Amino acid sequence: MSIIHTENLTKTYDSGAVKVHALNDVSIDIAPGEFTAIVGPSGSGKTTLLNIIGGLDTPSSGRIVIDGTDITRLSDGQMIDFRLNNIGFVFQSYNLIPVLTARENVEFIMLMQKWDKKKRETRATEMLQSVGLGDQIDRRPSQLSGGQQQRVAVARALASGPKFVLADEPTANLDSASTSNLLDIMANLNAQLGTTFVFSTHDQRVIDRARRVITLEDGKILSDETR
Amino acid sequence: MLLKISWRNVWRNRLRSGVVIAAIALGIWAGLFVMALSVGLNNQRTRSAISTTLSHIQLHNPAYLKDSKVANFIPDGEHVTQVLEANPQVKAFTTRMIVNGMASSSAGGFGVSLNGIDPEKEARVTDIHDHLTEGDWFAEGKRNQVVIGAKLADKLKVKLRSKIVLNFQNEQGDIVAGAFRVAGIFKTVSSQYDESTAFVRMKDLEGLLGTPGQFHEVALLTSGLDEVQPVKEELKAALPDLEVRAWKDVSPELGYADEMMNTMLYIFILIILMALGFGIINTMLMAVLERKRELGMLMSVGMNRVRTFSMIVIETVFLSLIGGPVGILLGWATISWVHSKGLDLSAVGKGLESLGVGAIIYPELESGIYFNIAILVVVAAILASIVPAIRALMYKPAEAVRGL
Repeated sequence: MSIIHTENLTKTYDSGAVKVHALNDVSIDIAPGEFTAIVGPSGSGKTTLLNIIGGLDTPSSGRIVIDGTDITRLSDGQMIDFRLNNIGFVFQSYNLIPVLTARENVEFIMLMQKWDKKKRETRATEMLQSVGLGDQIDRRPSQLSGGQQQRVAVARALASGPKFVLADEPTANLDSASTSNLLDIMANLNAQLGTTFVFSTHDQRVIDRARRVITLEDGKILSDETR
Repeated sequence: MLLKISWRNVWRNRLRSGVVIAAIALGIWAGLFVMALSVGLNNQRTRSAISTTLSHIQLHNPAYLKDSKVANFIPDGEHVTQVLEANPQVKAFTTRMIVNGMASSSAGGFGVSLNGIDPEKEARVTDIHDHLTEGDWFAEGKRNQVVIGAKLADKLKVKLRSKIVLNFQNEQGDIVAGAFRVAGIFKTVSSQYDESTAFVRMKDLEGLLGTPGQFHEVALLTSGLDEVQPVKEELKAALPDLEVRAWKDVSPELGYADEMMNTMLYIFILIILMALGFGIINTMLMAVLERKRELGMLMSVGMNRVRTFSMIVIETVFLSLIGGPVGILLGWATISWVHSKGLDLSAVGKGLESLGVGAIIYPELESGIYFNIAILVVVAAILASIVPAIRALMYKPAEAVRGL
């Protein structure tokens, strides 16, 4: 059974005289534990697909079923709760809360899920240790490098045990060493915890590490290769 | 955590938050000080009127209030004085015989309200004797002394120990006159009062009018302003034939001024808070625009609309909770200090005198006002936070997270 199932997804942006088909009849299935990259040139629809899978955007037509729940039927409020409890996000620009420390950033989602304080702190510390930042837990984002901030973002995405993690171009702002380090961490977490990762990327280093690569072009699936 | 984030967000841009906090503090400070000045001025005017002329309660023959002719004395004066002496809440009282007449000197004649009084009793109720700039408050053993206002003395061109002639009608309507020597000259905060009032001993006036033991007016002080209304009601019941009026009834404009002042001051502070509110809206809108990516991320990962809205509101309330108390504290300190010294407004002293107020103003505010202002500041901050909070909710997470 797949954890992510999309069925004939289309997304059309209507800007007056011109209609842009960002997604055109996209149907995919992603199984639990996959380490999948969605690739393609700029404007191919990678980010749109990721946003729709993550419930941040709605399709013009089609269905998305996440672990048995048809999220296209959820209200705005239900969708926010669904995202909170089921999906981990890693963004291109790290997007940490600058006024919180690394540990507080990791704790944040667990806090919204109403985890007990002690449990939350322990889990956040463990997650930061697992991404190699055990000695940086009390630092604020501005005191961390880009690679370290992205590792905090990964720890935050994984801390509450989501069903899968969506990462939108997670290495776009990182140098080679940081990229390699981050990919190692994510691959290890995938292997150890069985967490499903779905990336959108055009970074060859990420593509090389993915076990499945879905290529999009002009909003359509051009190829779907499992290694 | 929401509180922690909001609090730390306040200090993300220290300069900008500092400017807003300073604006709130200064606005509140200025508002409070102007309020205190106005309240002080109004209270001084009221106190001065009460202590110089009105007293707390006055008693009259109702006919005298319609027609102030000499014959309209208070009936059964002896009974009236017995009732007043028996009431423990009546601190002091004085009786007055009041006739309208003319004061003349070689310089001319001017209308005057002539008060026949018992100087000792009068001194227990009013403080005219404290306002003497020259002479005495009726020397012992001397007859036909008059104490007049400084402005009347100027108009009559008379000095201490000068003689003036007082003309007025007696009970029968005949003109009677008496020569009086100026024993004292007073100057109150009201130039109008100083121009039109003269005091003589009751027995001298009785001699000219031929009406011993009669009087037109009783002025009394109660043990405090709070006792005025109950004592008024008691006296009304005990002396049903008399018109019993509290100071607010005698001089309604003072009461109205009180009410109007309160309303105006709240309108004034609301205008200040409105101006501050727009400043807060501007600052918070900038903060929300600057933090678009962050808000987009928070909404993406599952921060619901209530939490997002609350975060902006709490942040705004924090700004006001710092600025408000600072302003209130500064206001309280300034008001207390100036109250102890007095604010010398001699430059506009004449204008103040025409209002019945001295040139030195002592600002004052009831403690309840500070509390009300504190509440108003928080309410204003909450209202001001609504626009930026709604702006934050309008972000689409997928776009905001990428700064679009």
